[in-house]
Amino acid sequence: MPDIVEIHNLRKAYSDGFEALKGVSLNIKKGEILALLGPNGAGKTTLISTVCGITTSTSGSVKVGGHDTLTDYRAARAMIGLVPQEINLEPFEKVISTVRFSRGLFGKPKDDAALEKILRQLSLWDKKDSQIRALSGGMKRRVLIAKALAHEPRVLFLDEPTAGVDVELRRDMWEIVAGLKADGVTIILTTHYIEEAEAIADRIGVIAHGELLLVEDKDKLMARMGKKQLVVQLTKPVDALPDILVSDAVTLSADRTKLIYTYDTRAERTGITKLLSDVATAGLVLSDLETSQSSLEEIFVGLVKEDAA
Amino acid sequence: MNWIAVTSIYKFEMARFFRTMTQSFVSPVLSTSLYFVVFGAAIGSRIQEVEGISYGAFIVPGLIMLSVITQSISNASFGIYFPKFIGTVFELLSAPISFIEIVLGYVGAAATKALFIGVIILITAFFFVDITIVHPFWMVLFLVLTCVSFALFGFILGIWAGNFEQLQLVPLLIITPLVFLGGSFYSISMLPPVWQVISHFNPVVYLISGFRWSFFGAADVPIVTSLFAIAGFTALCLAVIWWIFRTGWRIRQ
Repeated sequence: MPDIVEIHNLRKAYSDGFEALKGVSLNIKKGEILALLGPNGAGKTTLISTVCGITTSTSGSVKVGGHDTLTDYRAARAMIGLVPQEINLEPFEKVISTVRFSRGLFGKPKDDAALEKILRQLSLWDKKDSQIRALSGGMKRRVLIAKALAHEPRVLFLDEPTAGVDVELRRDMWEIVAGLKADGVTIILTTHYIEEAEAIADRIGVIAHGELLLVEDKDKLMARMGKKQLVVQLTKPVDALPDILVSDAVTLSADRTKLIYTYDTRAERTGITKLLSDVATAGLVLSDLETSQSSLEEIFVGLVKEDAA
Repeated sequence: MNWIAVTSIYKFEMARFFRTMTQSFVSPVLSTSLYFVVFGAAIGSRIQEVEGISYGAFIVPGLIMLSVITQSISNASFGIYFPKFIGTVFELLSAPISFIEIVLGYVGAAATKALFIGVIILITAFFFVDITIVHPFWMVLFLVLTCVSFALFGFILGIWAGNFEQLQLVPLLIITPLVFLGGSFYSISMLPPVWQVISHFNPVVYLISGFRWSFFGAADVPIVTSLFAIAGFTALCLAVIWWIFRTGWRIRQ
């Protein structure tokens, strides 16, 4: 089965010469949640805007559901829903009328039952006759999602859905996204919150400076780059690492009271047993043990730094 | 053609118009009544008949044109500028619709609103003066063409405008003087010869003259010239809109 979104060598240069996208190629699988992670100004929004038709690309191609977004834009765009980063809504409109407008704009015939389902799903049904300006920030964001879903898209782009949103609402948003995925909607979201990508994405793409640095299954990415550390707290500081413990994997902390051992959780042998027996052989007394796993955040910071270097 | 989208835009815009009914309906009626009181009754009683028509009746076509032109421009320019201003334009750009459909929806709604106001003013006028419309078919044609062409112009203005000031500036500095000097309240033949010549460079003169001809059968300029003028203006606006569509000027980056 072909991928639902195929982006091939997409470039975007603005008239002032700034290159927002430097040849991005990305395939998105049907039904997955892909998180695009990147610092501000990385090109996340430009990528989404170009796929959705808000900005035009300099070169490259995009296909959605096999339809080219330029030559067959009607079929391509009919499949796409977009939730923008900014809360762009007409303040004096009622919720129901703005959602109905969105559906019509995408050429779908009036279907109040479908809209009711969407509004109920987003806990907006009670507010359907409220003016948008009377809603809270969180509710407005839900209205944006309702508008994006009004024409029953197969692919949903969420541009920083939880930027500036409180923790509770963020969790709600994640639930909404999970619910949409269950309905078979393919979801692409951009975020600079790593915990968000970690919590809900199936795959993660990292963008910086207009380039896609990597795209990988979240679990694989975590496993591949996720090193674990064992910190051995000693009762007394040592002058230097005992010879028996000297290796690439072991370092001594600055205050010389901790041994830090880095290992790969997926390796056949972690070497912990040997380490601990070596510690005993060297005559060191340990007072505590602690393990930690590097988070996506560290992986991400590492990648972006590498790219900048 | 995505007709559902066109009608969605059209209905959405019309809903805004009917929601602000007081502003949409009462203000043209009130201002027209004021014009009749001031120009028709107070000043008009001291002016002899113009081209064989009482002054009160004479100004009716000009008054309608004045409102219709202003309303077409402001409705259409605001209609497309507002989504740009508050950011909802992203939805228009990402929808499976072409620029033609966007224009049809917005310009159609703006022209309808202006036409509606024109008709209200005409009805109001019947309460103040005796009017007979000699060429009703041509009257409707002129009215509709004016609504459409100036709505097209307003749409271009709305696309061009970068802020609210610019949005107001063109109607204020260019359109209002052209309409006032276009013979809304007088016949061009009443002017000194020099000004008569200058007036012929004002495109609005041809519109008002043609429209007045459809009412009274008398005109400042030949009716064919008037028709060419309005057709030419419409064609020019369409050409500019076509160019905007090709280049994405001020809409798509």
